[in-house]
Amino acid sequence: MMLFLMALGMLFTTLVLLGVAGFLVFAERRVLGFLQNRLGPNRLGPLGVGQALADALKLMSKENFVPDFADPVLYRAAPVLVAFSALASFAVVPLDHHFSWAGNWNIGLLFILAMSSLNAYGVFLGGWASGNKFSLLGAVRAVAQLVSYELPMGLALLGVVLLSGSLSLNGIVAAQNLPYIVLQPLGFVIFLIAGVAETHRLPFDLPEAESELVAGFNTEYGGMRFGYFFLGEYLGLTLIAVLTALLYLGGWHGPWLPGWIWLLIKTAALIFVFFWLRATLPRPRYDQLMALGWKVLLPLALFNVLATALAAALWRLA
Amino acid sequence: MRVWRNISELGAGLWTTLRQLGRTSTVSYPEEPLNLPPRWRGRPVLTRDPDGDERCVACQLCSAVCPTRCIELQAGERPDTRRYPLTFRINFSRCIFCGLCEEACPTLAIQLLDEFAFSKEHHADFIYEKEALLIDGTGKHPHYNFYRHSGVALQGKDKGEGINEKAPVNVRSNLP
Repeated sequence: MMLFLMALGMLFTTLVLLGVAGFLVFAERRVLGFLQNRLGPNRLGPLGVGQALADALKLMSKENFVPDFADPVLYRAAPVLVAFSALASFAVVPLDHHFSWAGNWNIGLLFILAMSSLNAYGVFLGGWASGNKFSLLGAVRAVAQLVSYELPMGLALLGVVLLSGSLSLNGIVAAQNLPYIVLQPLGFVIFLIAGVAETHRLPFDLPEAESELVAGFNTEYGGMRFGYFFLGEYLGLTLIAVLTALLYLGGWHGPWLPGWIWLLIKTAALIFVFFWLRATLPRPRYDQLMALGWKVLLPLALFNVLATALAAALWRLA
Repeated sequence: MRVWRNISELGAGLWTTLRQLGRTSTVSYPEEPLNLPPRWRGRPVLTRDPDGDERCVACQLCSAVCPTRCIELQAGERPDTRRYPLTFRINFSRCIFCGLCEEACPTLAIQLLDEFAFSKEHHADFIYEKEALLIDGTGKHPHYNFYRHSGVALQGKDKGEGINEKAPVNVRSNLP
């Protein structure tokens, strides 16, 4: 009985997350429209919210199609892997102090990093299995980009872990009497930039790069398989935003309002920042992207870890 | 130095987009009314003069100038010798709303109004006959009446009796 209820709860969580991702697709189009002196989709439902539903229905009613030059098994598996890895990461994300599936898990942060690596597999396999040169180029870029930005991201997280002494998200938030953005400003910036690159969103959307690679790794995808990639991307965006809020902005800590509302407000603000970046910044060249990752972010992240460790050691001595 | 410049430029870009948040010049047309300029070239109509008579004198100039040849009319004459179109037909599936007919019209009869959103299912429905084209008002020129100004004689009005018109000169008595 208990197991059944848990399964039901997990199903509900998944549905809510998918709903959030669908809504974000709409919200991004609307916010981007406002930032670009347009209105965005405003026809269906109040403020155009029905557009999310219409898009979902459209994607689901499309033909499930496998091109005959594609590797059939991997082509089918890749989108599921992307969506699954993004969804699974949310298991360790707490909404409030006692409101999560595995927020207390003592390797929560590692689990999220592992899942984001799995996400890279999904993107790469999708691009490779499509058997299309644009997809392959997109996939190669995705792998190079995800690998080179995962390092600074992990190192930036190391600063947080050093300060809080915990790898579980509950523990990290509980340790933040002061939001870590104050103690780790450099780490915050590195994590944010690496996060944008990890979710391959603009300005770091080189794996997709519509103006060069048609649609990059998902060129050959259509219908709900494309929808899975899309959901994965927006779930990844939500995940990065909620992680930033948890790790650097104090999570559910905040006056007056209940904790989970604070977390939602912080997450929403960060998601707006992502939209805002997309509306403003042009896509860098590919070598510039790699140079930024390896020559700027990685040394800075290493410096951040060293400085944090030294400061923590001195603090303990004093 | 370069780093700071780059960062400040990023900031300037972000600030620029943020300032634009919510500013739009898009008009949600069917819900919001359009503010069309007075010279807007929409559907042509045939107007009447202030006395309520048809302005059109069936001179065929609009038909001649029309680049798509979409105006067709036949001339008729009333008992008081005033000319009028027996039939007047515009094929709006060919009309390009260029406004040349309006420019050519000597009596200001044909005028382009601001109606632009009319659609039909069949091409044949776009052929407007005179009953559909003729309106009861004077259009953009409320006071103009061609026969009051012109030197054309009508029953009840001889040459030289129009507004600002001098009596015709007898060329035979005007010899040196």
